[in-house]
Amino acid sequence: MKHLLSTQDLSLENAIRILDTAEEMSAVGEREVKKLPALRGRTVVNLFFEDSTRTRISFEAAAKRLSADVINFAAKGSSVSKGESLKDTAQTLSAMGADAVVIRHWASGAPHRLAATDWIDAGVINAGDGTHEHPTQALLDAFTMRRHWARLAGTASEGTDLKGLRVAIVGDVLHSRVARSNVWLLRTLGAEVTLVAPPTLLPVGVEQWPCSVSYDLDQTLANGVDAVMMLRVQGERMNASFFPSTREYSRRWGFDDNRLRALDDLGMTDTIIMHPGPMNRGLEISAAAADSPRSTVLAQVRNGVSVRMAALYLLLSGDSREPAATRAPAYTTAAPIKESI
Amino acid sequence: MTTTTGTYLIKGASILGGEASDVLIRDGIIAEIGHGLDAGGATVIDAAGCVALPGMVDVHTHLREPGREDAETVETGTRAAALGGYTAVHAMANSTPVADTAGVVEQVYTLGRAAGWVDVRPVGAVTVGLAGEQLAELGAMADSRARVRMFSDDGICVHDPVLMRRALEYVKAFDGVVAQHAQEPRLTAGAQMNEGDVSAVLGLTGWPAVAEESIIARDVLLAQHVGSRLHVCHVSTAGSVEIIRWAKERGIDVTAEVTPHHLLLTDDLVRSYDPVFKVNPPLRTDADVQALRAGLADGTIDVVGTDHAPHPSEHKECEWAQAAMGMTGLETALSVVQHAMIETGLMTWADFARVTSTAAAKIGRLSDQGRPIEAGEPANLILVDPAARWTVDPSTMATMGRNSPFKGRELPGKVVATFYKGHPTVLEGALNTPHPDAAATTAGVA
Repeated sequence: MKHLLSTQDLSLENAIRILDTAEEMSAVGEREVKKLPALRGRTVVNLFFEDSTRTRISFEAAAKRLSADVINFAAKGSSVSKGESLKDTAQTLSAMGADAVVIRHWASGAPHRLAATDWIDAGVINAGDGTHEHPTQALLDAFTMRRHWARLAGTASEGTDLKGLRVAIVGDVLHSRVARSNVWLLRTLGAEVTLVAPPTLLPVGVEQWPCSVSYDLDQTLANGVDAVMMLRVQGERMNASFFPSTREYSRRWGFDDNRLRALDDLGMTDTIIMHPGPMNRGLEISAAAADSPRSTVLAQVRNGVSVRMAALYLLLSGDSREPAATRAPAYTTAAPIKESI
Repeated sequence: MTTTTGTYLIKGASILGGEASDVLIRDGIIAEIGHGLDAGGATVIDAAGCVALPGMVDVHTHLREPGREDAETVETGTRAAALGGYTAVHAMANSTPVADTAGVVEQVYTLGRAAGWVDVRPVGAVTVGLAGEQLAELGAMADSRARVRMFSDDGICVHDPVLMRRALEYVKAFDGVVAQHAQEPRLTAGAQMNEGDVSAVLGLTGWPAVAEESIIARDVLLAQHVGSRLHVCHVSTAGSVEIIRWAKERGIDVTAEVTPHHLLLTDDLVRSYDPVFKVNPPLRTDADVQALRAGLADGTIDVVGTDHAPHPSEHKECEWAQAAMGMTGLETALSVVQHAMIETGLMTWADFARVTSTAAAKIGRLSDQGRPIEAGEPANLILVDPAARWTVDPSTMATMGRNSPFKGRELPGKVVATFYKGHPTVLEGALNTPHPDAAATTAGVA
């Protein structure tokens, strides 16, 4: 794996490999010393063209737990008119010897540009690009769902997929990179996805996606669902006629207290409620739902570090370009992590 | 016309793809057409296997000068035009300053004459500064030495219906035409690509077909209401073809253009996020491509216009959303149209002459362009080797723009020679010399 740009082109084999590796990584997080020497001497650049404290610190923690050197590069507002171009930034990072670039960008496709051009030779991880994709978020969501699904089945997570899992993704699908990445990955893993949204917040062309679409959250819940993923409503949508008011949105598409009770009434005791964060409490999710035992919000954050460790590890350790002699030899191959401690 | 151009005998060219004949060019005029013509003192050009066509006329070219000479100049753009088989181009008005006064259109006109590669026909802006608020001095531009007949805010839609109505009415005074860039601005705020299956996956803001079609529908009705002449720039959707077909059936005086790239490329290419495929209007779907081809073949769409839009590399070597819209086209138009229309059996070379020359000259009211290849006519004609194949390499082009979406493609057809008012601006597929006394030649406008 040279890059992680999207979940659409991620094979089932690679998806399971990342999730299984993340399981091994999560064991590290439970140790007293939460650190592996696997990426010692490697440089990971967090290149953020858009504010995102959560994603950045998650990647930073992941890289540091693997002993990589981490450089944080906040390039907010960079553009041809305002400052340095993406090309120049990339070439600068290349000259500094970056081995991997974790890029967050407001422009859809910016990570693809880095990967496709000769501006930089490093591995590229997409940490969210515009309204396109956010593959590590989808992987951490899948990781969280897989643990839940395996626990219900009474098995270990490793090696399993999500066949039969019913997932509802609710909210602003149109502008959501999280929704896109989840739709492709969940399809690959065998889950059944229903998108629930106001018609204004579904993209033209959604009918071609491998999922079903509903405008009715209550009906979707009543049909039976194992995981409900609530998407954040961005402030700038509220005044652009996508929906009449936040209260109407909340009534029709928010996970409120009534819907939390409905899950109980419907006997769906094992249904989880997910949110990629940050949450708008009282808008797309009620406080009671966010804080309920069904909520996996904090587990998702925790799992995010494990999944990002796995992505960085698989990208950098599988890199055949590196002369082995210049690296700590034991950790540059894809040897099982547990033995490399 | 002065007589400084030489005498040339073209041997065995297939005129409009028909019978092979000899063409004698003397003093800027086609002197004689026949078989076994005597060379006399003429320079003989062996044109066996070549098709002779009228010099191409582009209704839609961005030459960038004045203002963006880092992107293109009149000199480089018209060299590209000559190499592409053109003998006339219409230079769009979105320069800096905007071509919205007699002074600017005369400047562009003069630069074109000084260059001497093709006729440069400036297009005047419809509104002052392309701002869409008040009419530019259309009459002054029409009466200037540039004798402007086509007016356009191209790049920006004249979206105010009252302003559009007034512009259509006003240009009737001097037989002008308003060339509309049909794009409803509110429906395309922040638009990055065609809205559809691909934009849904890529997360790029959609440019819906309806934003083009709704403006065209409105404008053909306005043109009908005021009895004026409307030209629709770069038609890109199947729905637009249907609306224009409907308007023509009703006798509305509307003409339409399609670009070579919309005849061949689809929005699937955007999956690469390579901004070389970013253009306005955007690349559409295969169904649109097929409808545009059918529309061009049946005459619903009158002409091919390149929308040649060179950009400096830094405006394309960036994120998709940051990149400029536009593609070069002058040096690939003939090959792309041959590939999309002739090799598919949809059109003949005679049809090609109609859509790239005759109809285009008529729209721009150019009296000595787009003429038949007959004795006594002005010698604006090209020789094309239809059997040639070549691989597009933007780095070798005459245009300063390197933003060709056809880079790396193998295309058919090569311009072997271009005769501009009797003078070969292109010979053996390479630039020759500009017209020797272009600056002294009066460009003919009806």
